[in-house]
Amino acid sequence: MAARERTGFVVYGLLLAVAVASIFPLYWSFVVSSKDNSALGETSPPLLPGGNLIENVGRVFGTVDFWLAMQNSLIVAGTVTVSNVLLSSMAGFAFARLRFPGRDSLFLVVIGTAMVPAQLGVIPLYLVVGELGWYGRLEAVIVPGLIGAFSVFWMRQACEEAIPGELLDTGRVDGCSTARLFWHVAMPAIRPQAAVLAMLTFMTAWNDFFWPLIVLDPNAHPTVQVALSRLASGYFTDYSLMLTAATIGVLPVIVLFILLARKVVDGVMRGAPRA
Amino acid sequence: MKRTGERLAGYLMTAPFYVLFGVFGLFPLLYTAWVALHHWHLVNGDTGFAGLGNFAVLLQDPYFYNALFNTVSIFVLSTVPQLLAALGLAALLDRPLRARTLWRASVLLPNVVSVVAVALVFSQLFAEDYGVVNWALGLVGLDPVDWRSDRFASHVAVSTMVMWRWTGYNALLYLAAMQSVPQERYDAAMLDGASRWRTFWSITVPAIRPTIAFTVVVSTIGGLQLFAEPQLLDDTGVNGTGGADRQFQTLAMYLYEKGFGEFDAGYAAAIAWLLFLCSAVFALVNFSLVRRMRGGE
Repeated sequence: MAARERTGFVVYGLLLAVAVASIFPLYWSFVVSSKDNSALGETSPPLLPGGNLIENVGRVFGTVDFWLAMQNSLIVAGTVTVSNVLLSSMAGFAFARLRFPGRDSLFLVVIGTAMVPAQLGVIPLYLVVGELGWYGRLEAVIVPGLIGAFSVFWMRQACEEAIPGELLDTGRVDGCSTARLFWHVAMPAIRPQAAVLAMLTFMTAWNDFFWPLIVLDPNAHPTVQVALSRLASGYFTDYSLMLTAATIGVLPVIVLFILLARKVVDGVMRGAPRA
Repeated sequence: MKRTGERLAGYLMTAPFYVLFGVFGLFPLLYTAWVALHHWHLVNGDTGFAGLGNFAVLLQDPYFYNALFNTVSIFVLSTVPQLLAALGLAALLDRPLRARTLWRASVLLPNVVSVVAVALVFSQLFAEDYGVVNWALGLVGLDPVDWRSDRFASHVAVSTMVMWRWTGYNALLYLAAMQSVPQERYDAAMLDGASRWRTFWSITVPAIRPTIAFTVVVSTIGGLQLFAEPQLLDDTGVNGTGGADRQFQTLAMYLYEKGFGEFDAGYAAAIAWLLFLCSAVFALVNFSLVRRMRGGE
Protein backbone atom coordinates (compact mmCIF):
# COMPACT_ATOMS: atom_id res chain seq x y z
CA MET A 1 0.00 0.00 0.00
CA ALA A 2 2.73 2.43 1.00
CA ALA A 3 4.61 1.81 -2.19
CA ARG A 4 1.73 3.04 -4.33
CA GLU A 5 1.74 6.69 -5.25
CA ARG A 6 -0.40 9.02 -3.19
CA THR A 7 -3.97 9.50 -4.18
CA GLY A 8 -3.94 12.40 -6.58
CA PHE A 9 -6.27 15.21 -7.54
CA VAL A 10 -7.69 13.22 -10.44
CA VAL A 11 -9.12 10.61 -8.10
CA TYR A 12 -10.58 13.20 -5.76
CA GLY A 13 -11.91 15.12 -8.76
CA LEU A 14 -13.70 12.05 -10.09
CA LEU A 15 -15.11 11.20 -6.68
CA LEU A 16 -16.30 14.75 -6.27
CA ALA A 17 -18.06 14.56 -9.63
CA VAL A 18 -19.82 11.36 -8.54
CA ALA A 19 -20.78 12.91 -5.21
CA VAL A 20 -22.22 15.96 -6.95
CA ALA A 21 -24.19 13.72 -9.32
CA SER A 22 -25.48 11.79 -6.30
CA ILE A 23 -26.61 14.89 -4.48
CA PHE A 24 -27.78 17.06 -7.37
CA PRO A 25 -31.26 15.52 -7.89
CA LEU A 26 -31.99 15.94 -4.19
CA TYR A 27 -30.73 19.49 -4.23
CA TRP A 28 -32.78 20.13 -7.34
CA SER A 29 -35.85 18.75 -5.63
CA PHE A 30 -35.29 21.26 -2.86
CA VAL A 31 -34.72 24.14 -5.31
CA VAL A 32 -37.96 23.41 -7.14
CA SER A 33 -39.87 23.12 -3.89
CA SER A 34 -38.77 26.61 -2.97
CA LYS A 35 -39.91 28.08 -6.29
CA ASP A 36 -43.04 29.28 -7.91
CA ASN A 37 -44.11 27.07 -10.84
CA SER A 38 -43.64 29.93 -13.29
CA ALA A 39 -39.94 30.11 -12.39
CA LEU A 40 -39.53 26.68 -13.95
CA GLY A 41 -40.68 27.94 -17.32
CA GLU A 42 -37.87 30.44 -17.73
CA THR A 43 -35.25 29.93 -20.40
CA SER A 44 -32.58 28.69 -18.03
CA PRO A 45 -33.56 26.57 -15.05
CA PRO A 46 -33.12 28.12 -11.60
CA LEU A 47 -30.17 26.77 -9.66
CA LEU A 48 -30.61 28.62 -6.39
CA PRO A 49 -33.45 28.24 -3.89
CA GLY A 50 -36.24 30.81 -3.95
CA GLY A 51 -38.70 32.10 -1.37
CA ASN A 52 -41.78 29.99 -1.96
CA LEU A 53 -40.92 27.02 0.25
CA ILE A 54 -43.41 27.76 3.03
CA GLU A 55 -46.17 28.47 0.55
CA ASN A 56 -45.49 25.22 -1.34
CA VAL A 57 -45.42 23.20 1.86
CA GLY A 58 -48.77 24.71 2.71
CA ARG A 59 -50.12 23.74 -0.70
CA VAL A 60 -48.96 20.13 -0.21
CA PHE A 61 -50.79 19.82 3.07
CA GLY A 62 -53.80 21.55 1.54
CA THR A 63 -53.99 19.23 -1.48
CA VAL A 64 -53.63 15.87 0.22
CA ASP A 65 -53.68 14.88 3.86
CA PHE A 66 -49.92 14.62 4.00
CA TRP A 67 -49.86 14.55 7.80
CA LEU A 68 -51.97 11.45 7.76
CA ALA A 69 -49.69 9.92 5.14
CA MET A 70 -46.58 10.71 7.21
CA GLN A 71 -48.26 9.31 10.29
CA ASN A 72 -49.27 6.15 8.44
CA SER A 73 -45.78 5.67 7.07
CA LEU A 74 -44.34 6.12 10.53
CA ILE A 75 -46.74 3.55 11.99
CA VAL A 76 -46.03 1.07 9.21
CA ALA A 77 -42.26 1.48 9.13
CA GLY A 78 -41.99 1.62 12.94
CA THR A 79 -44.02 -1.53 13.56
CA VAL A 80 -42.36 -3.44 10.76
CA THR A 81 -38.92 -2.47 12.06
CA VAL A 82 -39.51 -3.45 15.68
CA SER A 83 -41.14 -6.70 14.68
CA ASN A 84 -38.49 -7.66 12.13
CA VAL A 85 -35.67 -7.09 14.56
CA LEU A 86 -37.35 -9.02 17.36
CA LEU A 87 -38.80 -11.93 15.40
CA SER A 88 -35.80 -12.42 13.16
CA SER A 89 -33.39 -12.31 16.10
CA MET A 90 -35.37 -15.13 17.64
CA ALA A 91 -35.58 -17.11 14.41
CA GLY A 92 -31.95 -16.34 13.54
CA PHE A 93 -30.79 -17.53 16.93
CA ALA A 94 -32.76 -20.75 16.59
CA PHE A 95 -31.53 -21.39 13.04
CA ALA A 96 -27.92 -20.71 14.00
CA ARG A 97 -27.62 -22.12 17.50
CA LEU A 98 -30.36 -24.60 18.29
CA ARG A 99 -30.79 -28.10 16.97
CA PHE A 100 -34.22 -29.29 15.93
CA PRO A 101 -35.51 -31.50 13.11
CA GLY A 102 -36.40 -29.68 9.88
CA ARG A 103 -34.19 -26.72 10.66
CA ASP A 104 -31.87 -26.81 7.68
CA SER A 105 -34.45 -27.65 5.05
CA LEU A 106 -36.70 -24.84 6.23
CA PHE A 107 -33.84 -22.41 6.05
CA LEU A 108 -33.16 -23.48 2.48
CA VAL A 109 -36.78 -22.67 1.62
CA VAL A 110 -36.22 -19.19 3.05
CA ILE A 111 -33.20 -18.56 0.88
CA GLY A 112 -34.93 -20.00 -2.17
CA THR A 113 -38.02 -17.82 -1.88
CA ALA A 114 -35.91 -14.74 -1.22
CA MET A 115 -34.73 -15.06 -4.81
CA VAL A 116 -38.27 -15.12 -6.22
CA PRO A 117 -39.70 -11.77 -7.36
CA ALA A 118 -42.29 -10.49 -4.87
CA GLN A 119 -44.57 -9.65 -7.76
CA LEU A 120 -45.11 -13.34 -8.41
CA GLY A 121 -47.26 -13.62 -5.29
CA VAL A 122 -49.00 -10.29 -5.41
CA ILE A 123 -52.38 -11.47 -6.80
CA PRO A 124 -52.89 -14.23 -4.20
CA LEU A 125 -51.56 -11.97 -1.46
CA TYR A 126 -54.28 -9.51 -2.41
CA LEU A 127 -56.85 -12.30 -2.15
CA VAL A 128 -55.50 -13.42 1.25
CA VAL A 129 -55.60 -9.89 2.58
CA GLY A 130 -59.17 -9.58 1.28
CA GLU A 131 -60.22 -12.75 3.12
CA LEU A 132 -58.94 -11.12 6.28
CA GLY A 133 -60.94 -7.97 5.54
CA TRP A 134 -57.93 -5.69 5.40
CA TYR A 135 -58.38 -3.87 2.10
CA GLY A 136 -57.39 -0.24 2.44
CA ARG A 137 -56.25 -0.75 6.02
CA LEU A 138 -52.73 -0.44 7.33
CA GLU A 139 -52.77 -4.06 8.54
CA ALA A 140 -52.57 -5.06 4.89
CA VAL A 141 -49.17 -3.43 4.62
CA ILE A 142 -47.92 -4.10 8.15
CA VAL A 143 -48.69 -7.78 8.78
CA PRO A 144 -47.12 -9.27 5.62
CA GLY A 145 -44.03 -7.18 6.38
CA LEU A 146 -43.64 -8.23 10.02
CA ILE A 147 -40.89 -10.61 9.10
CA GLY A 148 -38.84 -11.08 5.96
CA ALA A 149 -36.46 -13.66 4.58
CA PHE A 150 -33.66 -11.12 4.41
CA SER A 151 -34.00 -10.24 8.11
CA VAL A 152 -33.87 -13.87 9.18
CA PHE A 153 -30.87 -14.46 6.96
CA TRP A 154 -29.12 -11.40 8.38
CA MET A 155 -29.72 -12.26 12.03
CA ARG A 156 -28.77 -15.88 11.54
CA GLN A 157 -25.45 -14.68 10.16
CA ALA A 158 -25.07 -12.35 13.16
CA CYS A 159 -25.80 -15.15 15.62
CA GLU A 160 -23.21 -17.36 13.99
CA GLU A 161 -20.49 -14.73 14.03
CA ALA A 162 -21.04 -12.64 17.12
CA ILE A 163 -22.12 -15.00 19.89
CA PRO A 164 -19.23 -16.66 21.71
CA GLY A 165 -19.95 -20.40 21.70
CA GLU A 166 -18.28 -21.05 25.06
CA LEU A 167 -20.59 -18.59 26.72
CA LEU A 168 -23.64 -20.48 25.51
CA ASP A 169 -22.15 -23.79 26.62
CA THR A 170 -21.29 -22.47 30.07
CA GLY A 171 -24.79 -21.10 30.37
CA ARG A 172 -26.28 -24.44 29.42
CA VAL A 173 -24.14 -26.30 31.95
CA ASP A 174 -25.27 -23.83 34.61
CA GLY A 175 -28.84 -24.76 33.77
CA CYS A 176 -29.88 -21.61 31.93
CA SER A 177 -33.07 -21.95 29.89
CA THR A 178 -32.86 -21.26 26.15
CA ALA A 179 -35.05 -18.19 26.62
CA ARG A 180 -32.62 -16.78 29.19
CA LEU A 181 -29.63 -17.58 27.01
CA PHE A 182 -31.30 -15.79 24.10
CA TRP A 183 -32.21 -12.73 26.08
CA HIS A 184 -29.12 -12.34 28.27
CA VAL A 185 -26.32 -13.80 26.15
CA ALA A 186 -27.35 -13.62 22.51
CA MET A 187 -29.23 -10.32 22.37
CA PRO A 188 -26.47 -8.17 23.88
CA ALA A 189 -23.91 -9.76 21.56
CA ILE A 190 -25.88 -9.17 18.36
CA ARG A 191 -27.06 -5.66 19.20
CA PRO A 192 -24.88 -3.91 16.58
CA GLN A 193 -26.15 -6.12 13.76
CA ALA A 194 -29.70 -5.69 15.05
CA ALA A 195 -29.26 -1.91 14.89
CA VAL A 196 -28.10 -2.08 11.27
CA LEU A 197 -31.02 -4.34 10.39
CA ALA A 198 -33.38 -1.87 12.07
CA MET A 199 -32.15 1.00 9.92
CA LEU A 200 -32.24 -0.95 6.69
CA THR A 201 -35.72 -2.25 7.47
CA PHE A 202 -37.04 1.19 8.36
CA MET A 203 -35.73 2.69 5.14
CA THR A 204 -37.11 -0.13 3.01
CA ALA A 205 -40.51 -0.01 4.69
CA TRP A 206 -40.71 3.79 4.44
CA ASN A 207 -39.84 3.64 0.73
CA ASP A 208 -42.05 0.70 -0.23
CA PHE A 209 -44.39 1.46 -3.11
CA PHE A 210 -45.73 -1.41 -5.23
CA TRP A 211 -47.74 -3.25 -2.58
CA PRO A 212 -49.05 -0.19 -0.69
CA LEU A 213 -50.17 1.30 -4.02
CA ILE A 214 -52.18 -1.84 -4.74
CA VAL A 215 -53.77 -2.44 -1.39
CA LEU A 216 -54.19 0.99 0.20
CA ASP A 217 -56.77 3.62 -0.68
CA PRO A 218 -54.87 6.72 -1.85
CA ASN A 219 -57.69 8.97 -0.68
CA ALA A 220 -58.47 7.47 2.71
CA HIS A 221 -55.31 5.93 4.15
CA PRO A 222 -52.20 6.38 2.02
CA THR A 223 -48.58 6.04 3.02
CA VAL A 224 -46.22 8.81 1.97
CA GLN A 225 -45.20 7.05 -1.24
CA VAL A 226 -48.80 6.42 -2.25
CA ALA A 227 -49.73 10.04 -1.51
CA LEU A 228 -46.78 11.17 -3.63
CA SER A 229 -47.87 9.06 -6.57
CA ARG A 230 -51.34 10.56 -6.28
CA LEU A 231 -49.94 14.08 -6.50
CA ALA A 232 -48.12 13.05 -9.65
CA SER A 233 -51.22 11.79 -11.41
CA GLY A 234 -53.12 15.07 -11.61
CA TYR A 235 -54.32 16.55 -14.86
CA PHE A 236 -51.55 19.07 -15.11
CA THR A 237 -48.13 18.49 -13.71
CA ASP A 238 -47.57 20.89 -10.84
CA TYR A 239 -43.87 20.23 -10.41
CA SER A 240 -43.25 22.46 -7.43
CA LEU A 241 -46.12 20.82 -5.59
CA MET A 242 -44.84 17.33 -6.45
CA LEU A 243 -41.24 17.99 -5.58
CA THR A 244 -42.11 19.78 -2.35
CA ALA A 245 -43.99 16.68 -1.28
CA ALA A 246 -41.14 14.48 -2.46
CA THR A 247 -38.68 16.54 -0.43
CA ILE A 248 -40.81 16.26 2.70
CA GLY A 249 -41.27 12.53 2.17
CA VAL A 250 -37.54 11.92 1.73
CA LEU A 251 -36.51 14.00 4.71
CA PRO A 252 -36.95 11.45 7.54
CA VAL A 253 -34.86 8.85 5.74
CA ILE A 254 -32.18 11.36 4.76
CA VAL A 255 -31.90 12.58 8.36
CA LEU A 256 -31.61 9.00 9.57
CA PHE A 257 -29.01 8.31 6.91
CA ILE A 258 -26.90 11.34 7.74
CA LEU A 259 -26.98 10.51 11.46
CA LEU A 260 -26.05 6.87 10.93
CA ALA A 261 -24.10 7.02 7.65
CA ARG A 262 -21.14 5.01 8.86
CA LYS A 263 -23.30 2.18 10.14
CA VAL A 264 -25.43 2.06 7.01
CA VAL A 265 -22.34 1.97 4.80
CA ASP A 266 -20.78 -0.77 6.91
CA GLY A 267 -24.03 -2.69 6.89
CA VAL A 268 -24.28 -2.58 3.10
CA MET A 269 -20.64 -3.61 2.75
CA ARG A 270 -21.06 -6.44 5.21
CA GLY A 271 -24.04 -7.67 3.19
CA ALA A 272 -21.77 -8.33 0.23
CA PRO A 273 -20.78 -11.95 -0.38
CA ARG A 274 -17.11 -12.57 0.19
CA ALA A 275 -14.76 -13.52 -2.60
CA MET B 1 -34.68 -33.81 28.88
CA LYS B 2 -32.24 -31.15 27.72
CA ARG B 3 -32.68 -32.16 24.09
CA THR B 4 -36.48 -31.86 24.15
CA GLY B 5 -36.13 -28.44 25.74
CA GLU B 6 -33.88 -27.26 22.96
CA ARG B 7 -36.17 -28.67 20.29
CA LEU B 8 -39.21 -27.05 21.79
CA ALA B 9 -37.39 -23.74 22.05
CA GLY B 10 -36.28 -24.09 18.45
CA TYR B 11 -39.83 -24.51 17.24
CA LEU B 12 -41.25 -21.81 19.48
CA MET B 13 -38.67 -19.26 18.47
CA THR B 14 -39.17 -19.88 14.77
CA ALA B 15 -42.97 -20.22 15.03
CA PRO B 16 -43.84 -16.57 14.29
CA PHE B 17 -41.64 -16.81 11.29
CA TYR B 18 -43.18 -20.09 10.05
CA VAL B 19 -46.68 -18.72 10.39
CA LEU B 20 -46.16 -15.25 8.91
CA PHE B 21 -43.83 -16.40 6.18
CA GLY B 22 -46.09 -19.32 5.34
CA VAL B 23 -49.29 -17.28 5.08
CA PHE B 24 -47.95 -14.10 3.46
CA GLY B 25 -44.84 -15.34 1.69
CA LEU B 26 -44.85 -18.95 0.63
CA PHE B 27 -48.57 -19.60 0.23
CA PRO B 28 -49.16 -16.73 -2.23
CA LEU B 29 -46.23 -17.95 -4.33
CA LEU B 30 -47.75 -21.40 -4.65
CA TYR B 31 -51.32 -20.16 -4.96
CA THR B 32 -50.34 -18.03 -7.98
CA ALA B 33 -50.05 -21.24 -9.99
CA TRP B 34 -53.62 -22.20 -9.07
CA VAL B 35 -55.03 -18.76 -9.91
CA ALA B 36 -53.17 -18.75 -13.23
CA LEU B 37 -54.99 -21.93 -14.26
CA HIS B 38 -58.41 -20.32 -13.81
CA HIS B 39 -60.55 -17.56 -15.19
CA TRP B 40 -60.44 -15.48 -12.09
CA HIS B 41 -61.98 -12.08 -11.50
CA LEU B 42 -60.11 -10.18 -8.81
CA VAL B 43 -63.31 -9.26 -6.97
CA ASN B 44 -65.82 -11.95 -7.97
CA GLY B 45 -63.32 -14.78 -7.63
CA ASP B 46 -62.95 -18.04 -9.53
CA THR B 47 -65.17 -18.13 -12.63
CA GLY B 48 -64.07 -21.45 -14.05
CA PHE B 49 -61.12 -23.65 -14.82
CA ALA B 50 -59.03 -22.43 -17.73
CA GLY B 51 -56.24 -24.94 -17.85
CA LEU B 52 -53.42 -23.39 -19.79
CA GLY B 53 -55.86 -21.00 -21.46
CA ASN B 54 -54.43 -17.88 -19.83
CA PHE B 55 -50.95 -18.85 -20.93
CA ALA B 56 -52.11 -19.64 -24.47
CA VAL B 57 -53.69 -16.19 -24.80
CA LEU B 58 -50.71 -14.54 -23.18
CA LEU B 59 -48.26 -16.12 -25.62
CA GLN B 60 -50.17 -14.52 -28.47
CA ASP B 61 -50.66 -11.18 -26.79
CA PRO B 62 -48.69 -8.43 -28.59
CA TYR B 63 -48.86 -6.20 -25.48
CA PHE B 64 -47.08 -8.91 -23.54
CA TYR B 65 -44.21 -9.04 -26.03
CA ASN B 66 -44.12 -5.27 -26.08
CA ALA B 67 -43.75 -5.21 -22.29
CA LEU B 68 -41.18 -7.99 -22.40
CA PHE B 69 -39.14 -6.10 -24.99
CA ASN B 70 -39.29 -2.86 -22.99
CA THR B 71 -38.31 -4.61 -19.79
CA VAL B 72 -35.32 -6.30 -21.36
CA SER B 73 -34.27 -3.13 -23.18
CA ILE B 74 -34.41 -1.02 -19.99
CA PHE B 75 -32.68 -3.78 -18.06
CA VAL B 76 -29.76 -3.93 -20.49
CA LEU B 77 -29.51 -0.14 -20.81
CA SER B 78 -29.41 0.30 -17.05
CA THR B 79 -27.49 -2.73 -15.82
CA VAL B 80 -24.51 -2.94 -18.15
CA PRO B 81 -23.29 0.68 -17.78
CA GLN B 82 -24.27 0.65 -14.12
CA LEU B 83 -22.15 -2.34 -13.14
CA LEU B 84 -19.19 -1.09 -15.20
CA ALA B 85 -19.48 2.32 -13.54
CA ALA B 86 -19.76 0.64 -10.14
CA LEU B 87 -16.55 -1.30 -10.82
CA GLY B 88 -14.69 1.90 -11.68
CA LEU B 89 -16.14 3.73 -8.71
CA ALA B 90 -15.15 0.88 -6.39
CA ALA B 91 -11.59 1.05 -7.74
CA LEU B 92 -11.51 4.76 -6.88
CA LEU B 93 -12.91 4.14 -3.41
CA ASP B 94 -10.34 1.41 -2.86
CA ARG B 95 -7.48 3.94 -3.02
CA PRO B 96 -6.13 5.37 0.22
CA LEU B 97 -8.53 8.27 0.77
CA ARG B 98 -9.06 11.07 3.20
CA ALA B 99 -12.58 11.29 4.62
CA ARG B 100 -13.31 7.75 3.51
CA THR B 101 -16.71 7.43 5.12
CA LEU B 102 -17.85 10.70 3.60
CA TRP B 103 -17.15 9.47 0.06
CA ARG B 104 -18.74 6.12 0.70
CA ALA B 105 -21.82 7.70 2.23
CA SER B 106 -22.21 10.17 -0.61
CA VAL B 107 -22.27 7.44 -3.25
CA LEU B 108 -24.78 5.44 -1.19
CA LEU B 109 -27.09 8.40 -0.62
CA PRO B 110 -29.20 7.89 -3.77
CA ASN B 111 -30.01 4.38 -2.62
CA VAL B 112 -31.86 5.49 0.51
CA VAL B 113 -34.14 7.84 -1.40
CA SER B 114 -37.53 6.35 -2.26
CA VAL B 115 -38.07 5.25 -5.85
CA VAL B 116 -41.14 7.44 -5.98
CA ALA B 117 -39.19 10.56 -5.06
CA VAL B 118 -36.45 9.62 -7.54
CA ALA B 119 -39.00 9.14 -10.28
CA LEU B 120 -40.71 12.47 -9.56
CA VAL B 121 -37.44 14.41 -9.55
CA PHE B 122 -36.17 12.80 -12.73
CA SER B 123 -39.52 13.25 -14.44
CA GLN B 124 -39.03 16.96 -13.89
CA LEU B 125 -35.41 16.86 -15.03
CA PHE B 126 -36.52 15.03 -18.19
CA ALA B 127 -39.49 17.30 -18.89
CA GLU B 128 -39.74 18.13 -22.57
CA ASP B 129 -40.15 21.90 -22.51
CA TYR B 130 -38.40 23.20 -19.42
CA GLY B 131 -36.45 20.20 -18.19
CA VAL B 132 -32.86 20.60 -17.06
CA VAL B 133 -31.63 17.77 -19.30
CA ASN B 134 -32.98 19.35 -22.47
CA TRP B 135 -31.68 22.72 -21.35
CA ALA B 136 -28.20 21.19 -20.91
CA LEU B 137 -28.44 19.52 -24.32
CA GLY B 138 -29.29 22.94 -25.73
CA LEU B 139 -26.15 24.40 -24.20
CA VAL B 140 -24.02 22.06 -26.26
CA GLY B 141 -26.09 22.71 -29.35
CA LEU B 142 -28.25 19.59 -29.39
CA ASP B 143 -31.98 19.48 -30.11
CA PRO B 144 -34.34 18.81 -27.22
CA VAL B 145 -35.44 15.19 -26.87
CA ASP B 146 -39.01 14.15 -26.17
CA TRP B 147 -38.14 11.83 -23.29
CA ARG B 148 -41.62 10.39 -22.98
CA SER B 149 -42.96 9.78 -26.48
CA ASP B 150 -39.90 8.29 -28.06
CA ARG B 151 -39.43 4.66 -27.14
CA PHE B 152 -35.66 4.60 -26.99
CA ALA B 153 -35.42 7.97 -25.23
CA SER B 154 -37.94 6.89 -22.59
CA HIS B 155 -35.91 3.75 -21.95
CA VAL B 156 -32.81 5.90 -21.50
CA ALA B 157 -34.69 8.14 -19.05
CA VAL B 158 -35.89 5.20 -16.96
CA SER B 159 -32.43 3.59 -17.06
CA THR B 160 -30.88 6.81 -15.82
CA MET B 161 -33.08 6.70 -12.72
CA VAL B 162 -32.15 3.09 -12.06
CA MET B 163 -28.46 3.81 -12.53
CA TRP B 164 -28.57 6.84 -10.29
CA ARG B 165 -30.14 4.84 -7.51
CA TRP B 166 -28.04 1.67 -7.68
CA THR B 167 -24.52 2.44 -8.95
CA GLY B 168 -23.15 3.52 -5.58
CA TYR B 169 -24.74 0.59 -3.80
CA ASN B 170 -23.10 -1.90 -6.15
CA ALA B 171 -19.80 -0.02 -5.91
CA LEU B 172 -19.83 -0.59 -2.14
CA LEU B 173 -20.45 -4.30 -2.63
CA TYR B 174 -17.48 -4.46 -5.00
CA LEU B 175 -15.38 -2.40 -2.62
CA ALA B 176 -16.09 -4.83 0.21
CA ALA B 177 -14.94 -7.70 -1.99
CA MET B 178 -11.85 -5.82 -3.24
CA GLN B 179 -10.70 -5.25 0.29
CA SER B 180 -10.41 -8.95 0.94
CA VAL B 181 -8.11 -9.54 -2.06
CA PRO B 182 -4.70 -10.52 -0.63
CA GLN B 183 -2.11 -7.76 -0.92
CA GLU B 184 0.62 -10.21 -2.05
CA ARG B 185 -1.09 -10.62 -5.41
CA TYR B 186 -0.78 -6.89 -6.01
CA ASP B 187 2.82 -6.84 -4.83
CA ALA B 188 3.69 -9.67 -7.18
CA ALA B 189 2.02 -7.89 -10.10
CA MET B 190 3.91 -4.71 -9.29
CA LEU B 191 7.22 -6.57 -9.25
CA ASP B 192 6.38 -7.85 -12.70
CA GLY B 193 5.88 -4.27 -13.76
CA ALA B 194 2.15 -4.60 -14.54
CA SER B 195 0.30 -1.34 -15.14
CA ARG B 196 -2.52 -0.28 -12.84
CA TRP B 197 -5.03 -0.95 -15.62
CA ARG B 198 -3.62 -4.42 -16.25
CA THR B 199 -3.54 -5.21 -12.54
CA PHE B 200 -7.18 -4.19 -12.22
CA TRP B 201 -8.42 -6.42 -15.02
CA SER B 202 -6.11 -9.37 -14.36
CA ILE B 203 -6.15 -9.48 -10.58
CA THR B 204 -8.91 -7.41 -9.00
CA VAL B 205 -11.80 -8.27 -11.32
CA PRO B 206 -11.21 -12.06 -11.38
CA ALA B 207 -10.82 -12.05 -7.60
CA ILE B 208 -14.18 -10.40 -7.01
CA ARG B 209 -16.01 -12.42 -9.64
CA PRO B 210 -18.38 -14.09 -7.14
CA THR B 211 -19.55 -10.66 -6.04
CA ILE B 212 -19.98 -9.57 -9.66
CA ALA B 213 -22.06 -12.69 -10.30
CA PHE B 214 -24.15 -11.87 -7.22
CA THR B 215 -24.83 -8.29 -8.34
CA VAL B 216 -25.70 -9.49 -11.84
CA VAL B 217 -28.29 -11.92 -10.49
CA VAL B 218 -29.75 -9.40 -8.05
CA SER B 219 -29.89 -6.69 -10.74
CA THR B 220 -31.60 -9.12 -13.08
CA ILE B 221 -34.32 -9.92 -10.60
CA GLY B 222 -34.70 -6.25 -9.70
CA GLY B 223 -34.60 -5.14 -13.33
CA LEU B 224 -37.37 -7.48 -14.40
CA GLN B 225 -39.56 -6.20 -11.56
CA LEU B 226 -39.13 -2.57 -12.58
CA PHE B 227 -42.33 -0.67 -11.86
CA ALA B 228 -42.25 2.68 -10.07
CA GLU B 229 -39.81 4.53 -12.33
CA PRO B 230 -41.66 3.98 -15.62
CA GLN B 231 -45.05 4.16 -13.88
CA LEU B 232 -44.33 7.67 -12.61
CA LEU B 233 -42.63 8.85 -15.79
CA ASP B 234 -46.02 8.48 -17.46
CA ASP B 235 -47.74 11.83 -17.34
CA THR B 236 -50.88 10.47 -18.97
CA GLY B 237 -51.81 8.84 -15.66
CA VAL B 238 -50.96 5.95 -13.39
CA ASN B 239 -53.00 3.21 -15.00
CA GLY B 240 -49.89 1.27 -15.87
CA THR B 241 -49.88 1.57 -19.66
CA GLY B 242 -46.49 3.28 -19.79
CA GLY B 243 -47.19 6.02 -22.30
CA ALA B 244 -49.82 6.43 -24.98
CA ASP B 245 -48.28 3.72 -27.18
CA ARG B 246 -47.05 1.60 -24.27
CA GLN B 247 -43.57 2.64 -25.29
CA PHE B 248 -42.23 2.13 -21.76
CA GLN B 249 -44.67 -0.34 -20.25
CA THR B 250 -42.75 -3.01 -18.34
CA LEU B 251 -43.94 -6.51 -17.46
CA ALA B 252 -44.67 -5.47 -13.88
CA MET B 253 -46.79 -2.59 -15.17
CA TYR B 254 -48.66 -4.92 -17.50
CA LEU B 255 -49.33 -7.24 -14.57
CA TYR B 256 -50.65 -4.24 -12.63
CA GLU B 257 -52.80 -3.07 -15.53
CA LYS B 258 -54.37 -6.50 -16.06
CA GLY B 259 -54.72 -7.51 -12.43
CA PHE B 260 -55.62 -4.31 -10.67
CA GLY B 261 -56.88 -2.17 -13.55
CA GLU B 262 -58.99 -4.77 -15.39
CA PHE B 263 -59.38 -7.19 -12.44
CA ASP B 264 -58.29 -10.15 -14.56
CA ALA B 265 -56.48 -11.97 -11.77
CA GLY B 266 -56.04 -15.22 -13.69
CA TYR B 267 -54.35 -13.47 -16.57
CA ALA B 268 -52.20 -11.36 -14.23
CA ALA B 269 -51.13 -14.51 -12.38
CA ALA B 270 -50.07 -16.02 -15.70
CA ILE B 271 -48.02 -12.89 -16.40
CA ALA B 272 -46.46 -13.25 -12.95
CA TRP B 273 -45.40 -16.80 -13.80
CA LEU B 274 -43.83 -15.84 -17.09
CA LEU B 275 -42.13 -12.93 -15.33
CA PHE B 276 -40.70 -15.42 -12.87
CA LEU B 277 -39.58 -17.81 -15.61
CA CYS B 278 -37.91 -14.95 -17.47
CA SER B 279 -36.03 -13.84 -14.36
CA ALA B 280 -34.92 -17.38 -13.63
CA VAL B 281 -33.68 -17.92 -17.19
CA PHE B 282 -32.03 -14.52 -17.33
CA ALA B 283 -30.37 -14.92 -13.95
CA LEU B 284 -29.00 -18.31 -14.97
CA VAL B 285 -27.72 -17.11 -18.34
CA ASN B 286 -26.10 -14.04 -16.81
CA PHE B 287 -24.63 -16.05 -14.00
CA SER B 288 -22.96 -18.49 -16.36
CA LEU B 289 -21.76 -15.64 -18.59
CA VAL B 290 -20.03 -14.05 -15.63
CA ARG B 291 -18.54 -17.36 -14.64
CA ARG B 292 -17.08 -17.71 -18.09
CA MET B 293 -15.93 -14.11 -18.18
CA ARG B 294 -12.40 -15.36 -17.72
CA GLY B 295 -12.30 -18.90 -19.01
CA GLY B 296 -8.73 -19.39 -17.80
CA GLU B 297 -9.67 -20.22 -14.24
